Amino acid sequence: MAEPKVKYDRQLRIWGEQGQAALEKSSICLLNCGPTGSETLKNLVLGGIGSITVVDGSKVEVGDLGNNFLVDESSVGQSKAKCVSSFLQELNDSVKAKFVEEYPEALIETNPSFFSQFTLVIATQLVESSMIKLDRICREANVILIFARSYGLTGFVRISLKEHTVIESKPEHFLDDLRLNNPWLELKSFADSIDLTVQDPVAHKHIPYVVILVKMADEWAKSHGGKLPSTREQKKEFKDLLKARMVSQDEDNYKEAIEASFKVFAPRGISLDLQRILNDSSSEVDSNSSDFWVLVAALKEFIANEGGGEAPLEGSIPDMTSSTEQYINLQNIYLAKAEADFLVMEQLVRSILKKIGRDSNSIPKATIRSFCKNARKLRVCRYRSIEDEFNSPNLPELQKYLTDEDSSSGGATFVGRGAMAPPKPLNFHIAVGIYILLRAVDRFAANYNSFPGQFDSATDEDIPRLKSAAISLLSDLGCNGTALAEDLINEMCRFGAAELHAVAALVGGIASQEVIKLITRQFVPMSGTYIFNGIDHKSQLLSL
Amino acid sequence: MAESAATQPSRSRDLDKLLLRPGNLVGPRFEPSAQLRDDVQNHARVLVVGAGGLGCELLKDLALSGFHNLDVIDMDRIEVTNLNRQFLFRVEDVGKPKAEVAAKRVMERISGVNIVPHFCRIEDKDIDFYNDFMIIALGLDSVEARSYINNVACSFLEYDSDDNPLEETIKPMVDGGTEGFKGHARVILPGVTPCFECTIWLFPPQVKFPLCTLAETPRTAAHCIEYAHLIKWNEAHGGTAFDPDNPQHMKWVYDEAAKRAELFGIPGVTYSFTQGVVKNIIPAIASTNAIISAACTLETLKIATECSKTMSNYLTYNGSEGLHTKVAEFERDKDCLVCGPGVLIEVDTSVTLQKFMNLLEEHPKLQLTKASITHRGKNLYMQAPPVLEEMTRSNLCLPLFELMGKLSKDVIHVNGMTNKNNQKVSCLRKLRVTFKGVDGVTDMDTAGGA
Repeated sequence: MAEPKVKYDRQLRIWGEQGQAALEKSSICLLNCGPTGSETLKNLVLGGIGSITVVDGSKVEVGDLGNNFLVDESSVGQSKAKCVSSFLQELNDSVKAKFVEEYPEALIETNPSFFSQFTLVIATQLVESSMIKLDRICREANVILIFARSYGLTGFVRISLKEHTVIESKPEHFLDDLRLNNPWLELKSFADSIDLTVQDPVAHKHIPYVVILVKMADEWAKSHGGKLPSTREQKKEFKDLLKARMVSQDEDNYKEAIEASFKVFAPRGISLDLQRILNDSSSEVDSNSSDFWVLVAALKEFIANEGGGEAPLEGSIPDMTSSTEQYINLQNIYLAKAEADFLVMEQLVRSILKKIGRDSNSIPKATIRSFCKNARKLRVCRYRSIEDEFNSPNLPELQKYLTDEDSSSGGATFVGRGAMAPPKPLNFHIAVGIYILLRAVDRFAANYNSFPGQFDSATDEDIPRLKSAAISLLSDLGCNGTALAEDLINEMCRFGAAELHAVAALVGGIASQEVIKLITRQFVPMSGTYIFNGIDHKSQLLSL
Repeated sequence: MAESAATQPSRSRDLDKLLLRPGNLVGPRFEPSAQLRDDVQNHARVLVVGAGGLGCELLKDLALSGFHNLDVIDMDRIEVTNLNRQFLFRVEDVGKPKAEVAAKRVMERISGVNIVPHFCRIEDKDIDFYNDFMIIALGLDSVEARSYINNVACSFLEYDSDDNPLEETIKPMVDGGTEGFKGHARVILPGVTPCFECTIWLFPPQVKFPLCTLAETPRTAAHCIEYAHLIKWNEAHGGTAFDPDNPQHMKWVYDEAAKRAELFGIPGVTYSFTQGVVKNIIPAIASTNAIISAACTLETLKIATECSKTMSNYLTYNGSEGLHTKVAEFERDKDCLVCGPGVLIEVDTSVTLQKFMNLLEEHPKLQLTKASITHRGKNLYMQAPPVLEEMTRSNLCLPLFELMGKLSKDVIHVNGMTNKNNQKVSCLRKLRVTFKGVDGVTDMDTAGGA
């Protein structure tokens, strides 16, 4: 019985039981099970997704054996959807695997309601016209949609849904919530109960830095008209005061205090990112609002009133040099404050729910608790519809990508020591060129019934044809006179719509990782369109 | 099958577009042809080091990228916790050697592919074993193992008299690594791009808790667990070494940690967390392994064929907050002891170790005093401690040529003091020693063969 849990141990350490439960509840539809689709789904089946439905109308050909691991010799001539789905079932028997032997394009045309049964649709290797239609259907039905495509050494991944909100964004580097610049009463009185001038050297070097900084900041404020250090000189002076309190060189707690003193200098209140969410019109809630926005509405009230400009306290503290007793006491003070803030928030949530005509208990305590703990880290992701982007891309951005050779915005700067070559101009040209050409090949296919270079016989005449398709696309988008690199056009014809296994595995790997973030509602999914550049790996996210 | 033979169905339908057609953004020596494809298939041997999360993916990716002669080496057996990502293994495989099962599964599904498994430690193989491969792909999870393979691959590297690497001695490596949603893929061409040792700082040392914190002022669940694991276990079990794979041992540590946590009022000790701390478990998922392995495979294919540009030279991927990929071009450490050319010194076979040390002091580039000298891990002369000094003192009057096993040329490492900005600083140098008059035979052999 314990086995599934053991099997998933290495991923439970990332997204926990709750994330895993969300995965196991979800049902996923894959359109086209070539290597890109197969590899995307393989990664999700291994992780224990609830159910999968593979949609593909084609039969397995000999050529498929060379790029898709999920079909083998015995599959040739059989339904590809059936073969892929049965191999996936073999990978994990707790997953429900189904297949539909039908072409996705046909399904999109004839049976749009088919898609509403799924949590999420992964659409691979679709051409533009089908992408647009499917996107409309999924938006209407509130089904999450993700596109993935591999094309020669290039490809893209694009998420599409109206809105994705995240409570547990789990950022890697985020300042802890210690309130050293704005301590509440209980924290202050705890600090006051500890004597910084204690004679016993062992006691002196075990006073937690939080206490040291609260006391020293208080002392400073008293002699500076209630203000904390703000200028460079004041900050240095404050640190020197800390240094002067050390009684020996080996006092790690004081070293930690000096290192953490910037937390005293930090401005009070909430971040601009959070302010933007509070200002969002969705925070004016009504009966149609999602739980997330109800919680945001409560948060807004909390910050304006009881919170005194601050979000609910997170309640956890980092490890620091301290005696066990003082550390545990400190931990309890933070926990108590977090609990008090949570209780206020709970009341606010309940009363807002009542006000908008919902059951006041319809948001569980655990959700409110998690929201309070993560209030500073909330994220809202919104995605343009495919149709909007395709017809009227963000023109200034597009122009910038097409002309910008400056590396400052996304260059290969790397934080760390050691020798680094000077940053070279990071070529947005290639990424945006790939973006344009991936769209141009679909126009090409609509005209000539095959992709450029798909057949050996026509490669030479396809190059100028693809070029003119790209030029006409650019002009339709309002980018007249922009030139694309000839080399890249040639390469796209050389690729001839080949689906290389390694590229498919990479693009599929990215798509599956985004699916996991979307379904677990943890971490932050990508924004914009990810253009994979397998030529030199200088891939880019384009916000169009 | 017979009916479709007319249209000549080919397994390499997609790959052929890349390998048979001329391209514009390709390497200088790309020669598109069916011959190239067949050469990759028949002659390009690739070694995959590790048959875990990355290794399984690498084997599949390489086999489907035209490489039909693969070897895989791994000393581990399959565990239940591997199954969420190591897709070549099933529940019934638990306990079997990873390398063997992985090789078998890929060969079952892809006909024409030959994979030789090696169920052993990487150190168990002769150095020459590694020289048989065109490219080495690393799917490892430890710094030590990477360092080892890096040392081996760099040991094949030779330089000409102008300190330029000899192309035919370069053993390319591609290296992948993942942790949760993050990973890296890199290309190492010893002598051309930085080797693992050149950028060792990319792997910061693991943080260890001070023992006095564990013993006297525990504050976190991890402190309680490490106390039970590192201190209490030895007190209670004297002779028996702790075995992290023994469930009884783990349970004992967990129970002790829980007791200690309760005593101090510390929250958070669970069995799962205990395992995580004690075994230093790195979270791992299928998707990241797939991404990184695929990037490594693409680069392997490019090194073998030059069918596109090569990534230079270090790709990082981070999917936890949005999606970030970056390629950084790191530079070689010119003085790298592993892949650097070292300083070339030519001496007579009659020169004694003492005379050689005098030469080091006078050498304009080195000015190296108080030298301690090692050759292939063996101490030739040690300045300290006194016991070692005494043991090696007698070597001083012997010819260096004999001390180095009468090889015509080889590398030695010297530790000593040198002048830097008018200050004495300690330094470690790599020296390429060649002996006058004895290098002819081997060199002529290679020349004749080429």
